[in-house]
Amino acid sequence: MEKEQIYERLNKVFRDVFDDEDIVVTDTTTSDDIEDWDSLEHINLIVEVEHEFGIKFNMNEVTTMKNVGDMVNIIQSRISN
Amino acid sequence: MKELEYPFDADYLIKNKRKIKKELLTQENLLEKKIAILGGSTTSDIKTMLELFLLNYGIKPIFYESEYNKYYEDAMFGNDELNQFNPDIIFIHTTNRNIMEYPTVFDDSVMIDNLLENEYNRFKKIWQTLYTKFKCIIIQNNFEYLDYRLLGNKDASDIHGKINFITRLNQKFYDYANQTKNFFINDINYLSSCYGLDQWCNSFYWYMYKYALDVKAIPYLSFNIANIIKSIYGKNKKALVLDLDNTLWGGVVGDDGVDNLDIGPEIPGSQVYFEFQKYIKEQQSLGIILNVDSKNDYDNAIAGLNHPTGILKPDDFIIIKANWNPKNKNIEEIAHELNLGADSFVFVDDNPAERKIVQNYIKGIATPEIDIPENYIRILDHNGYFEVTNFSKEDLKKSELYKSNAKRNQHLASFDNYEEYLLSLNMHAEISSFKPIYLERISQLSNKSNQFNLTTKRYSIPDIESIYQNKKYIKLYGKLEDLYGDNGVVTVVIGQEKNKTELHIDLWIMSCRVLKRDMEYAMMDSLVKKCKGRNIKTIYGYYYPTAKNKMVEDFYDQQGFTQIAIDDHGNKTYQLDISNYKNKNKVIEVSE
Repeated sequence: MEKEQIYERLNKVFRDVFDDEDIVVTDTTTSDDIEDWDSLEHINLIVEVEHEFGIKFNMNEVTTMKNVGDMVNIIQSRISN
Repeated sequence: MKELEYPFDADYLIKNKRKIKKELLTQENLLEKKIAILGGSTTSDIKTMLELFLLNYGIKPIFYESEYNKYYEDAMFGNDELNQFNPDIIFIHTTNRNIMEYPTVFDDSVMIDNLLENEYNRFKKIWQTLYTKFKCIIIQNNFEYLDYRLLGNKDASDIHGKINFITRLNQKFYDYANQTKNFFINDINYLSSCYGLDQWCNSFYWYMYKYALDVKAIPYLSFNIANIIKSIYGKNKKALVLDLDNTLWGGVVGDDGVDNLDIGPEIPGSQVYFEFQKYIKEQQSLGIILNVDSKNDYDNAIAGLNHPTGILKPDDFIIIKANWNPKNKNIEEIAHELNLGADSFVFVDDNPAERKIVQNYIKGIATPEIDIPENYIRILDHNGYFEVTNFSKEDLKKSELYKSNAKRNQHLASFDNYEEYLLSLNMHAEISSFKPIYLERISQLSNKSNQFNLTTKRYSIPDIESIYQNKKYIKLYGKLEDLYGDNGVVTVVIGQEKNKTELHIDLWIMSCRVLKRDMEYAMMDSLVKKCKGRNIKTIYGYYYPTAKNKMVEDFYDQQGFTQIAIDDHGNKTYQLDISNYKNKNKVIEVSE
């Protein structure tokens, strides 16, 4: 899957979870950029990203993701396998 | 909202919770309740989901949430925030992660008994401390099993097994619950087994976020808590409205004939309906009113219900509508005849199109997606429409009561003069100050009465207990008995004495079962008598309009009060000088 497609689907998840239609995430987006994205909301985001792409992140991945770019890289590697 | 009924799509709920909440907050007349969540693990999403399910039941929660794993400290040592919050309900979310010490294989039975006692006493102290302080409702999780068994199968039966230990601890919680009013068990042991224990215990969420369950199981947990809460506040459903063909039996009685219907204890296709009828019959024994709404000729419907190997018989139903009218029309008539709101009905029909029509026309009615016959029981059951919290003798007799009401209606038809009819009923009322044995019923009535309810104030059992103790209140209940049976406690009046010579009526409710029997006049007579005994000169009455209590908007006018104020919301204040009061009841014999 191309990164553009992943971003398109990812944006939809972000918009739903944070109920904000204006969200556009990029490689460098972090939790600082989205008001409601705190550690507790992070888990819902992870769960719904997993659901969207039919994958599971492992603990190490969840704890080391620094920004949306990291997340997209993991998704891409997982789907292409 | 359909999305918040079982079975749910957890992903949908997690993803759209903000949107759903916004939509639910647009409802009117929400009942506000203060709920403190004391957690032994993360509770954030449990709270968020609980809010959605409660809003869907018309309850608007205001939350206090303990800091992470501070349930014990908050309960035992308190804190100012919690004290000021003064909860109506405390939910203690503890799980097997909070069990301090399990037995080891080296322990003997005395040591293990001590461990068990210590663990139990820690919780018991929490409950007692909280109840002493807040006099509120407590909801406590039991413990789910672990997803491993050190001793294998023996873990269940051997005292050294953790599974055995959890089972025994749970049993102690149940014993406490059985002896304690206002204390309810939230059965996560059952929930986790329905959900799948291995998945429920998915420890990814524990290590990552300190959630003691799979995040996707949270809607099931929160739904279960919401069901207990809505039941406590009288928001259970009250009646089932059942379709017949392919719902209560397999086949179409009008086409296939009675002899060819699938219903009975032997063949698989018949067994499934047989067991469903059995389940419905058990619901009836809990006081759920059964009715039929079926597109059928009446005679065919009755013939089907008289099937020799069926469980439910025509006599089990209060109202049978078998005709070719739209189902929603029939439901409206049933509601009218039973004097119940149609929003307290659960409509059970195998046909999705009928469900949809009924859903669209009748606000608030439940129309569960019962799926295929082998799922009927589970889907109906897991929706928790009839969650049992306070189980009163009245509930057991309810079907009987509605039956005798039907008889009274026939009796009425033989009289030209209504007063003569009332006299012929031989009514006896017991009207008296609250008595301990009725407090539970009084609270239940205050939470269930919507139509004949002047102020729509709700009282939990602790509220009623404290009023019972308080001398400032005049508090009367009324029981009514007649030719056709005992209706039990059907009306309550609570008034507060102020400024020595005034009584302000906080609550006046009456069950719609006894409408138009002059019971309200008998109550008024007794109220005035009590007031005179205390040298009270003036009674103040209040009417607060809601969507449901239009029936009593002129109640105080009829009682001879004078309206002295009305505000923008239509809230009315009335006054009555009782010095020249003359008794109004002429048809009921009253004792104390």
